[in-house]
Amino acid sequence: MAMTGVLRPGHAQVRVLDLEESVRFYRDVLGLVETGRDATGRVYFKCWDERDHSSYVIRQADSAGLDFFGWRVLDTATLDKLDADLQAYGIKTERIPAGEMLETGERVRFTLPSGHVMELYAEKTKVGNGIPLVNPAPWSKARDHGIAPIRLDHALLYGPNVAEVQKIFTEVLGFYLVERVLTPDGNANAAIWLSCGQKVHDVAFAEYPEPGKLHHCSFLMESWDQVLRAGDIMSMNTVPVDIGPTRHGVTRGCTIYAWDPSGNRFETFFGGHLPYPDYETMTWTFDNFGQGLDYPQRKLHETFLTVVS
Amino acid sequence: MPHTVRIEDTGVSYACAPRESLLEGMHRLGLRGIPVGCRGGGCGVCKIEILAGEFHTRAMSREHVSDDDVAHHRLLACRVYPVSDLSLKVIGKLQKKVCTPLAVR
Repeated sequence: MAMTGVLRPGHAQVRVLDLEESVRFYRDVLGLVETGRDATGRVYFKCWDERDHSSYVIRQADSAGLDFFGWRVLDTATLDKLDADLQAYGIKTERIPAGEMLETGERVRFTLPSGHVMELYAEKTKVGNGIPLVNPAPWSKARDHGIAPIRLDHALLYGPNVAEVQKIFTEVLGFYLVERVLTPDGNANAAIWLSCGQKVHDVAFAEYPEPGKLHHCSFLMESWDQVLRAGDIMSMNTVPVDIGPTRHGVTRGCTIYAWDPSGNRFETFFGGHLPYPDYETMTWTFDNFGQGLDYPQRKLHETFLTVVS
Repeated sequence: MPHTVRIEDTGVSYACAPRESLLEGMHRLGLRGIPVGCRGGGCGVCKIEILAGEFHTRAMSREHVSDDDVAHHRLLACRVYPVSDLSLKVIGKLQKKVCTPLAVR
C-alpha cells in the first residue's frame, strides 16, 4: 500500500494544571523523552522510538483538555494541496508559521464541526530514536524508563456533528471508516474509528453535546505484557486508572485507560486488527457498545461516556 | 490524624487523612456518594459544596469552578484536602451524554 497524503498522528498539545508535576509524570511515569521547552513555557516530549522531535506537548493552563491535534503529511506539496482541498470544501484554514512550535515547519490549522482544532504539517526535525540507522539495535535503554510507549498512536475526541467530521476525514483528508457504533435508534453513528493507513485507527470521534472535548490520547505499547507492566507502574505511582487492563471489542486492541495529574485521560494500547482501505466497515449496535468497549466484561463503563477534559 | 467527612446527601461519614483528597478518602474505602471521575481536577464530575469545616485545595480546572464557586466553597472533591472535620453536599453528577436521549439528560 502506498502511503501518501496524511501519514500519521504527529503531535497533540494538552493543557495541564501544574506544569512541573505534569513533567515529572510524563517523563518519569509514562516514560516519554523530554525534548525541549520553548519561550512560552511549553514542554515537548516524544516517545522513545519516535524519530521526530516531538509528539506530545504540554502547557500550563487553568483548565485541562486538548489545544490541538496535528497530522504529519507526506511533503509540502501535499500540505498545500490539502489546504486548498479543505478551503474548496468550505473549511476556513489558517497558516501557523514555521518555528512557532520547536523544530516544526509551517502548519495548516482548521477547526472541525466537533470543535476540535486540527493541524497539518510536513516538516519536523528528525532527532532520531537514539539507535543508529546503520545496523540498528532493536531497542535502547530508554525502553525501560517508566511505561515507555513507542509512539503516539491515536486520539478519541468527543464533540458534536460527528457525521460532518466523518465526511471531512473521508472526503478531504483521505481517511476511511474502519468501525463504528450506531446511535440507539440505528440511524446515525454514535462513534467512529478512522484510519489513514493500515492502523486500526488514527483518530476516533464520539457524538457529545459539548464541543472540543478530549477523551484520550493513546500511546502504543509493544505487547500485552507491556500493557500489564504499564498497569503495574500506574499502581506503583498511584496513577488513577479508569478501565483495564482489558481488550476492546472495537479495534480488538488491548488497553488501560488512566488519567494524567490534571485529569486528561490517556491510554496504553497494544494490538488491533490491520485493515485495508477496501475493507468493509465493521458495525456495532448501541446495545452492544459494552462489549465494544470492554470485551471480557461486556461492560459499558459509565466513566467512558461521561468523563472528558 | 484523619478527619471525619460527612456527605449530607446520604448521611455517609468516613475518615479522611489530611494528605488525601476528600474524593480519594471516600473512594479508597469503597464508599459512594461523590461521583468519581478523573481524580485530577480536570473533568468536574466530583463537584461538591463544603458546608462546614476547614480545608485546603490544589489547582482545579476553572472550566468547572468559577470565582463565585470558589467564594461559596463549591469545589472539586478530588482537589480538596481536610484540615478539620468537614460536612459537604454533592453537586456534580455523572451525566451520560453520548447519545443519551434529551429527555433523560
